[in-house]
Amino acid sequence: MSKVVNFSIDGKNCMAERGQYILDAARANNIYIPTLCNLPGVKPRGSCRICNVKVNGKLMTSCTTPVAEGMQVENNTEELLDLRKAIVELLFVEGNHYCPFCEKSGNCELQALAYRFNIMVPRYPYQFPDRDIEASSKNLIKDHNRCILCKRCIRAIKDEEGRNIFAFKRRGHKVVINVDSKISGSLNDELAQKAMDICPVGALIKKEQGFIIPIGKRTYDKHPIGYEFDVTSTETL
Amino acid sequence: MGQKITIEPVTRVEGHGKVTIHLDDENNVVQTRLHIVEFRGFERFIQGRPYWEAPVLVQRLCGICPVSHHLAAAKALDVIVGVGPDDLPPTAEKMRRLMHYGQFFQSHALHFFHLASPDLLFGIEADPGRRNVIAVAEEFRDLAVQGVMMRKFGQEIIQATAGKKIHGTGAIPGGINKSLTIEEKMKFLIGKDPMNIDQMIVWASSAVELFKDYHRKNRDLIDHFAAFPSSHLSLVRKDGALDIYHGVLRAVDKDGKKILHDVDYQDYLDYIAEEVKTWSYMKFPYLRAIGKENGWYRVGPLARLNTCDFIPSPLAQKAFEEFRSYTGGKPNNMSMHTHWARLIETLHAAEMMKELLEDPDILSGELVKKGNKTIEGVGLVEAPRGTLFHHFRINEDDLIEMANLIVSTTNNNEPMNRAVELVAKEWMNGKEKITEGMLNAVETAIRAYDPCLSCATHALGKMPLQIELYDVNDQLIDHMQT
Repeated sequence: MSKVVNFSIDGKNCMAERGQYILDAARANNIYIPTLCNLPGVKPRGSCRICNVKVNGKLMTSCTTPVAEGMQVENNTEELLDLRKAIVELLFVEGNHYCPFCEKSGNCELQALAYRFNIMVPRYPYQFPDRDIEASSKNLIKDHNRCILCKRCIRAIKDEEGRNIFAFKRRGHKVVINVDSKISGSLNDELAQKAMDICPVGALIKKEQGFIIPIGKRTYDKHPIGYEFDVTSTETL
Repeated sequence: MGQKITIEPVTRVEGHGKVTIHLDDENNVVQTRLHIVEFRGFERFIQGRPYWEAPVLVQRLCGICPVSHHLAAAKALDVIVGVGPDDLPPTAEKMRRLMHYGQFFQSHALHFFHLASPDLLFGIEADPGRRNVIAVAEEFRDLAVQGVMMRKFGQEIIQATAGKKIHGTGAIPGGINKSLTIEEKMKFLIGKDPMNIDQMIVWASSAVELFKDYHRKNRDLIDHFAAFPSSHLSLVRKDGALDIYHGVLRAVDKDGKKILHDVDYQDYLDYIAEEVKTWSYMKFPYLRAIGKENGWYRVGPLARLNTCDFIPSPLAQKAFEEFRSYTGGKPNNMSMHTHWARLIETLHAAEMMKELLEDPDILSGELVKKGNKTIEGVGLVEAPRGTLFHHFRINEDDLIEMANLIVSTTNNNEPMNRAVELVAKEWMNGKEKITEGMLNAVETAIRAYDPCLSCATHALGKMPLQIELYDVNDQLIDHMQT
């Protein structure tokens, strides 16, 4: 069986390695599909649903769906763009996201997507949930107001024995990110920094170093998110 | 019975204020009050946030001089992270100072050219439709252009030091997050005409001359309008020089006698208390040693030039000597002379910006330091409108537990009330009907203090000034809104 499969995204012929997920294959073909939970090198979970595409008329998360020979993928359609925008708007109203004093501002993927989708005012009512900040850890603050439950920290931050340091606590709409108290001691400064870096929002904040990157040098100060992939697709969004 | 008169455009004051005037049977003014009726609550909702967010969060109190809040909070947090004012890296202190002088320059230019100049150029009782910056631009084009360009220059200095013209992130606990690039420095030093520092110094000098010329022609108005004796308080450098970024607290009485002797502002609570009154959201600060009744004081440009011994830049010092000699070396208690003092400070800010831009430390060096952390710190700066206090205490988890902000306009609460009363008596005694000229006279008195009423209550919104007139039975008989 050939290792290469042929498929199309919005009618454009693409090639990918067999077994590659649509999201990775699209990026390999210089096509941008937005995402908030996907992290290169970490097993995808499809939790944020921003990367939804249509395969044979059916909605699929592109980060967890492998490409197949002859597959026809819809990506930049009006319906999908609005669906993604709606999900970003839902994330904004569901939490308490105050960009003006968030130190992740300018490096925040949620904020960057809001700019990319040109969101001025969300279509849904703000929920203003009553949420806590947990700051008892010596090097990391968990601000639940900003958490979008993407599970990046759960999947990517492990102790020396490969155990997850972060986990979900509680269930349903009360679910929050939690640090496993039995192994919380292994959350050293390096891992705390990594947790902050991979968090797509400002929910995980390393202590005592706020606003160290000046305005103008932050990730999205110069170019919008996804800029590096395809200028044409950026313009259509 | 009440009659509502609307004046457009809206008054040139930041925030929402209301003046009430009570009359006796002979229609003489018995009580006048400036009420600040906004409420904002920054001191409460910053509680529970990580301490390093404070300089970025609290500055959102204001869009005119957010740099003051940014720097006052950063200075309080310097203390908390164990970096005292003398330990701050030179690059950090000089970048912060440059940011602050840039802000003084733009804010003072905004106040004088955009907000106050229409009263001076057209007269207090001029047609309200013409009494605005647009009319200034039409009739005094060169002056209006100067005002706009001076403000732009100051804003660009802020952008270069804080990252944004409004609500930047430059100052962080223990230092600054950037130094100046050589391109930025050269742009300000030798930028294309007129956007360079030498032109700014020329324009700032000419603004001082403009005021002096106006003063010569309108001596009675400028010397007597809302003039009253008061104490004055400000930061001064340890050697007595004017310093808007750091120093010790000094207060003098109406005759120039020191009543607060160059004290460390970390202990401000030992010297200053705040009184709450039922009719205003704005508190009334006073010097503890003198008491509630007579312990009030003025802050701002007039107060600063009354408390300091000299100005450490040559052109401003020369102007300061002339200012001081006008009152024979005694404190100047003439409210409208605040404009004169403000323009001398504008010139000083321009001179200081040049000095800092030519300093090699501004281009490179250590940016941030850390020391032994404590749980409490006070930061003080002189904001354009006067002395600004920020006081924070944190808990063991690095979250803010207590915040106390005393802003410039709050410090000026009693003096503004006195000024309003004086003007109301002078313009209204014995009259039943409020005239538009009277309304603007009251506003002019308030405007001399360049108040930021939103900041003062940490409240939201830009709203008009309102005047209510009550008879002896407390019945509302007239009402005006701008």
